[in-house]
Amino acid sequence: MTPEGSSPSYRRGCPQLAAEGLRKAYGPTPALDGADFSIHPGEVVAVMGPSGSGKSTLLHCLAGIIAPDSGTVRYGPYELTGLGDAQRSALRRSDFGFVFQFGQLVPELTALENVALPLRLNGTKRKEAERQAREWLERLEVDAASGQRPGELSGGQGQRIAVARALATRPRVIFADEPTGALDSLNGERVLTLLTDAARDTSAAVVLVTHESRVAAYSDREIVVRDGKVKDMLAGLR
Amino acid sequence: MSIGHTLLGLLESGPRHGYDLKRAFDEHFGHDRPLHYGQVYSTMSRLLKNGLVEVDAVETGAGPERKRYAITDAGVTDVAQWLARPEKPEPYLQSTLYTKVVLALMTGRNAAELLDTQRAEHLRLMRGLTERKRGGDLADQLICDHALFHLDADLRWLELTAARLDKLAETVAA
Repeated sequence: MTPEGSSPSYRRGCPQLAAEGLRKAYGPTPALDGADFSIHPGEVVAVMGPSGSGKSTLLHCLAGIIAPDSGTVRYGPYELTGLGDAQRSALRRSDFGFVFQFGQLVPELTALENVALPLRLNGTKRKEAERQAREWLERLEVDAASGQRPGELSGGQGQRIAVARALATRPRVIFADEPTGALDSLNGERVLTLLTDAARDTSAAVVLVTHESRVAAYSDREIVVRDGKVKDMLAGLR
Repeated sequence: MSIGHTLLGLLESGPRHGYDLKRAFDEHFGHDRPLHYGQVYSTMSRLLKNGLVEVDAVETGAGPERKRYAITDAGVTDVAQWLARPEKPEPYLQSTLYTKVVLALMTGRNAAELLDTQRAEHLRLMRGLTERKRGGDLADQLICDHALFHLDADLRWLELTAARLDKLAETVAA
């Protein structure tokens, strides 16, 4: 469901998401200082930079989780900063997917129920939601764990299920904040391969926040955030 | 490391004799491998021939003639181009990168920009290797992983150096 409740016709448009002049301060400390950003459908952009540079704040502003002090975030025909809380929540549920480093799964639900949850919240009937959830679990190679609860899963399994859940609603933009930060190299690579392959197949854009170059190597291009300022390396090299 | 470019960079702060150049080189870059006099003079004669330096003065005394070298405009351009050009990513190139960063700071150029450009070049190669891994067999994957881990180590060094640039600039200026 979009804020208007209709399937957006702009889904193949470009750029998918664009921000201009974002500023955000926490008290006297500036986290973002005039940041620009854009991403196209099917593109994977790595957001790099040292700890505390403003990477996560940028992601949260782009996803409409927090409001910037100034600047704009445009998603298709929508100006996110102009939407109310309820509209932004609806947009996040229907069009955005999220993968974080830790603690995303509901501990009381099975893996299958966790993946089906966002579909159910968007109004899909249980049987259909679980059918689609099962397909995503297969694609992420964790269908054998569908009946298990998060406490019974390994870190790698849990993260694959989190990715399956993020992809289940076929989001147009996936926000991934250090998605493999808690995984070993082998599991991390598999999760990244599955995530980026699935995103490209569905033309979803991926904003991939990471401080690891081996993770950033799965992206199409990188931007660097330093002291709240964004540098687009592709543009910088042109 | 390019000794010619390094000596040219050292000349940007003002004309020097061959002996002074060797001393400055050893002090900043030659901790493990001091430069031989022969290397200095053969390099300077090549730079002279290519018009990148000129003889600023000749001192005669009891011993042999002492030439003082100055960098030419073409030499300054040559250093600028070398600093701006990313190195081909390969293992163990830190000494070249270190030299470039220090020289950029010494000559008032943008060292952060240099590090960013190098990071982008490393990542470009890492993307290629990652893509090759996706479609490759296990041997391919292991070969690519070996290269990726080395490049990753370089990149960590680049990040750390970027975080310490202010301090390094103070050290270089001291």
